[in-house]
Amino acid sequence: MEMPALGGRCDNRYVEISADSLGDVLEVRVDATPIFSDESQKMTLEAFADTIVPGVKRFPDDRAIAGVVDDPGAVAAGALDLLVDPATGVAAGLAPLSDMLNAHAGAYAERTGLTLEDDVPAFVALPYEHRAELISELTAPGNPERDGWIVLVMFSNMAYDIVPHRPTEDVLAEGVPSLLTLGYAKPDSDGLWRFPDFGYNRELAKRHPNTTESGSPE
Amino acid sequence: MTTESTDVLIIGSGFGGSIAAYHLAAGGAKVTVLERGPWLSAKDFDHDYLLGSSYTRAFDFVAGDGMSLLGGNCVGGGSVVYFAALPRAPGFVFDRQGSIGRRVWPAAISREALNPWYDRVSEVLPVTQQDWGDITYSGGLWAAACNHSGHTANPVPVGVDASRCTNCNWMMAGCRFDAKQSLLLNYLPAALQHGAEIRPLHEVQKISHAGDGRYRVHYNTLDDVDYRVATGSGEIDAKIVIVAAGAGATPPILQRSEETLGTMPHAVGRYFSGNGERLNNAVINEERAAELLGIRRPNGKAYEAYQIGKGPVVACWDFLDAGLPEYDRFSMEQLFFPPGLGTILTQVQDATGPSWFGREKKELLRRWKSWLTIFLMTEDDNEGVFGAPPPTGNSFRISQQMLGRGPLRYDPTPNTLRGWAQADAKVKEILEKDGLATVMPWTNDVVGAYTVHPLSSCRIGDDPATSALDDRHELRGHPGIFVTDGSAVPTALTVNPALTIAALAERAIPGIVAAARDRGVDVTYGAPLPKAVTNSVARPAA
Repeated sequence: MEMPALGGRCDNRYVEISADSLGDVLEVRVDATPIFSDESQKMTLEAFADTIVPGVKRFPDDRAIAGVVDDPGAVAAGALDLLVDPATGVAAGLAPLSDMLNAHAGAYAERTGLTLEDDVPAFVALPYEHRAELISELTAPGNPERDGWIVLVMFSNMAYDIVPHRPTEDVLAEGVPSLLTLGYAKPDSDGLWRFPDFGYNRELAKRHPNTTESGSPE
Repeated sequence: MTTESTDVLIIGSGFGGSIAAYHLAAGGAKVTVLERGPWLSAKDFDHDYLLGSSYTRAFDFVAGDGMSLLGGNCVGGGSVVYFAALPRAPGFVFDRQGSIGRRVWPAAISREALNPWYDRVSEVLPVTQQDWGDITYSGGLWAAACNHSGHTANPVPVGVDASRCTNCNWMMAGCRFDAKQSLLLNYLPAALQHGAEIRPLHEVQKISHAGDGRYRVHYNTLDDVDYRVATGSGEIDAKIVIVAAGAGATPPILQRSEETLGTMPHAVGRYFSGNGERLNNAVINEERAAELLGIRRPNGKAYEAYQIGKGPVVACWDFLDAGLPEYDRFSMEQLFFPPGLGTILTQVQDATGPSWFGREKKELLRRWKSWLTIFLMTEDDNEGVFGAPPPTGNSFRISQQMLGRGPLRYDPTPNTLRGWAQADAKVKEILEKDGLATVMPWTNDVVGAYTVHPLSSCRIGDDPATSALDDRHELRGHPGIFVTDGSAVPTALTVNPALTIAALAERAIPGIVAAARDRGVDVTYGAPLPKAVTNSVARPAA
């Protein structure tokens, strides 16, 4: 299976990046077509992001979210908004990756004997543990497609951990999950962090006996 | 296209480029510095994870096969985004034999021989020694844990003005308070005062011959938001070229130049070292920390202070022992990585499902305030090799900024793997003693191994077969081209390398000045060392 192009809009300029070692993974194209051709592609990538950082279902029959935890995860933090942000450069690859993920999910179900409901995309139909197992396979060292999946994993993670498609000050002020779940402190009123209380202020170990006058190892 | 000319053309403005720029400009040469990244100063350094803020503008993350590199991408290079830990390399490092079975470093260089050059850089930045009152909670916790296990721990020499530091831990995005002693506060403003010209967003692609022994440097100018977009190109002729683009970027420039300059030394793009780096993440048991270590903050917590600080401040140097065999020596330094880069690769101990993503990983994030990261610097085997260079720059850029895919391949040897395993085991022994914490190394399964200190990809040495540069940093077979960045450092150093890169650059300058004079440049060596300023130098108004 060929990997799709990962790319994004770059104003009206055309950028092409390609590498033999990556196949066509990093070819970046600018076009005016929508990122997703149908909602199922978007739902599939939501299910992917939810496997990386799981969240609570947004509504009772939310199929994309597996619902294995009871608080918001990567999707609620805006994983899809991040993936389509031109800054990430991956938007153009999202629809094909989504289709490929469903193809892999179908093959996975067949070889593991799972019967999938057919009213949602195959990856969405997988139970959470099987979604996780399939992503582990796709991102494993040696998998020829792993570059594309790793990029999706990284941005799904980042969507939750730092919400990089939105100003951090706003994220913290609005109580978006993630940074607050981490226990990330809020900044001072000028948007900058300062920690005047920063240390125990006492000797807590002996220095190495061979420390030189410059404070370095010998 | 108009071809400009200069005496000395410097590629890159990190330690290797800035130090050369100052001395050559102060000595009277016309100096032009081409820097691929933007020119940012204190007011531009954001406390913000938004894509497009300073941490993505100034940083370069290049994923390779088996190794990913983090490096600077701005005027000031690595010094703007580094953590300013500035120890000298231990003496045994200079006697390393590595994979070639004989001394790797040039005979002329030992710790003793390098000390006067270390002294010079230490005076300029300046490097300061911290006392225990400067040490952050995370550094103090690491010191106390080492002590609890019978180990020593040292406050690390740093380039941080403690009186201005707010312990915000945003130093990877550049220092908003000019507390971190980046090159924007010393060598670069001094070079500008002496007439050096620095051009940001100029990415050098290759070098060719210009006749009369001169070289022609070819560059693209880059869009200031979308680095994938070239906005123009140009050429500058120079009598001397100094390549200091960083160990991840210098080899592709030289490889791409081979077509016009002729054969490059075999060691260009080979013998890359990731400085033997490795990260371990601990989750501290707060109650046990209070009981075992007797530590307590004014707010009553034992720790819960991962976010607070200024990068690495305390290291255990008990295994930097010249009596130990090669590959058994390493340092263990407490460190901070912000979420995002610092959370993705962290693993769950005893995970029943995936160890680095999923339900259990999310639970691990809830305890982030009690995390402690330990940075290991071991002795690797210089096993990294660069493949064919990408069409431009040092990577196939994926995102507008920061993220790219590069040609480096790194397949760790048994020596390197053993060194990592030994260091991992020691961290685990120290931090898990008596139930103080649970510890896991970062996974190498996502982006391979990783280094914030790429080295050795165009190294100095005495042996032409295994070194690209002679001991004066001149590129073998290409007189007048010098390399002064981290790629010149021959081996992993077992400590943070910035001061050693800088000291080697200082040491190389007299030879470069002599070569410039031989090529008709009216330049002298011996300018006084620059005086540090208090405000980072901003880009001059157009």
